[in-house]
Amino acid sequence: MARLRRFLDRIEPQFQKGGPYEKYFALYEMVDTFIYSPADVTRGSPHVRDAIDLKRVMSYVVVATFPVLLLMLWNTGFQANNAISQMGMTGLDGWRNWVMSTLGIAHDPNSVFANMFYGLLYFLPMYITTLVAGGIFEVIFAAVRNHEVNEGFLVSSMLYTLTLPPSTPLWMVALGIIFGVVLGKEVFGGTGKNFLNPALTGRAFLYFAYPAAMSGDAVWTAVDGYTGATPLALAASGGIDAVKEAGYSWSQTFLGVMPGSLGETSTLAILIGAAFLIYTRVANFRIILGVFLGMVATSLLFNLIGSDTNPMFSVPWYWHLTMGGLAFGMVFMATDPVSAAMTNKGRWIYGALIGFMAVMIRVVNPAFPEGIMLAILFGNIFAPLIDYFVVQANIKRRMKRS
Amino acid sequence: MASQAKNNVIDPLIDNNPITLQVLGICSALAVTTNMTSALIMSLALTTVTAFSSACISAIRKHIPSSIRIIVQMTIIASLVIIVDQILKAYAFEASKQLSVFVGLIITNCIVLGRAEAYAMKNPPMLSFLDGIGNGLGYSLILMLVAFCRELLGAGKLFGHQVIPVASDGGWYVPNGLMLLPPSAFFVIGLLIWAVRSWKKEQVEAPDYQIHQVHRTEVL
Repeated sequence: MARLRRFLDRIEPQFQKGGPYEKYFALYEMVDTFIYSPADVTRGSPHVRDAIDLKRVMSYVVVATFPVLLLMLWNTGFQANNAISQMGMTGLDGWRNWVMSTLGIAHDPNSVFANMFYGLLYFLPMYITTLVAGGIFEVIFAAVRNHEVNEGFLVSSMLYTLTLPPSTPLWMVALGIIFGVVLGKEVFGGTGKNFLNPALTGRAFLYFAYPAAMSGDAVWTAVDGYTGATPLALAASGGIDAVKEAGYSWSQTFLGVMPGSLGETSTLAILIGAAFLIYTRVANFRIILGVFLGMVATSLLFNLIGSDTNPMFSVPWYWHLTMGGLAFGMVFMATDPVSAAMTNKGRWIYGALIGFMAVMIRVVNPAFPEGIMLAILFGNIFAPLIDYFVVQANIKRRMKRS
Repeated sequence: MASQAKNNVIDPLIDNNPITLQVLGICSALAVTTNMTSALIMSLALTTVTAFSSACISAIRKHIPSSIRIIVQMTIIASLVIIVDQILKAYAFEASKQLSVFVGLIITNCIVLGRAEAYAMKNPPMLSFLDGIGNGLGYSLILMLVAFCRELLGAGKLFGHQVIPVASDGGWYVPNGLMLLPPSAFFVIGLLIWAVRSWKKEQVEAPDYQIHQVHRTEVL
């Protein structure tokens, strides 16, 4: 390790201002501070000393996605293998199946290893594509605009990949993250200055640009030609009865044994991640609770109103939580500290607004079966306004007091 | 005089473009740029209206009482727009149906009234006419560029002819549906403005506030 440090120190002057690789300082800085703690310290006083800096905060979010990642790998593989064995498919082509057959792994939905391995064959190429495509643009902007390559991109890329359906083509994955990084973040000045969540911006771009690949019934299971509706889509057409009829119990949707976007299926794993994020105070619990309460209140309201024509009205809140991406968005997307509200009171309002909008879109808008993505982007746009009013109210109250 | 006339036509194309520099006329630029045919007709309509309204207003500029000048200008512009609309309905009915209200809305287009107020009220008719042509062409240039991007990426077509074979007909290109929705014009116009301002640095506005910036290596 000491040798690595010495090597990094030796090449550093090359990247300093005036050095031959001055333009690539961002790259050097990225590698250096990813491996070692940054050397810069606050010079002015007073300041708070804390072992955790922005880079570690971002890394914690990636750590928090590990339980989601594990269950996602299994579930993606299981859904695909299950479909393959149900339909009795043999002689599948494509490089993934070539790898499977070369290694002698059968498409066995009962084997945990076969499931996880097949899931990995879907997740890994998408994740690597995201890292490379988004990373290239991140580094270009870091070099030209003279700022750091931030670990924030690790978070964005991981979360972005987890929001995609497993069968998304790789060129689409690349296009989405490039859009998210460039138009969602870098045009506003990079990490910390984006008012929208870059990962969701990229996903929203794909959602509107290529609706056939991002919604519908054919994309949620990683098998060509296999159609299986997500529980949310079933609920939209026939209410909870239709979901149960299709064989999904509530505990199953809670554990995440259902088709859906990569990371959104397992509410249990997401809640474990949430516990970690709240414990380390990386995510603010007010936002998560705000979304949750907003969602519960709105779905209870719809239950009370009732409807003869729209079965979504009667879906209870605990189903709303486990179906679709609400839990994932609530824990990982809405809590993004940059695009969320900054004041504590504002966080409650911001969260509640997202929960309300998510259920609103799910229930009332027939064009969009899933609402959490649009709800969070909507919340992002309102976050500065919410903060403004909270701060103004505080000023007014204190003026009155004096 | 000759150089002034030339300037009036050339200047608004890029250096003083009504869309990318002045950011006017955005509404119709979003609405009619899904395909190049409607963008072309809209461009022609707007250029004609701007040129002739500027010329007419300039011809009577010394007789317009300044307190009711906007009303007079609007009357002239509205009459011209109605003529254009009727001509379109008579000779290009399909296209006029596609453009629907947007031809009528040229009346409220900021570029037309802007040129009337800013230029035609103070300058002779011929120069005003050329100024109208120039600004109309500047608007047309951006409209055609935006429509080119949107129609090509959104449907693989140009002027309604298939240039890239799309996936649904056995080709390789998967059309980008976002490009057919109005928000995509925002992105395209934004990127265009970015490109123009990277090329012509003098168009960059002074920032409202400056975040203190140093090279990262100087901090360490």
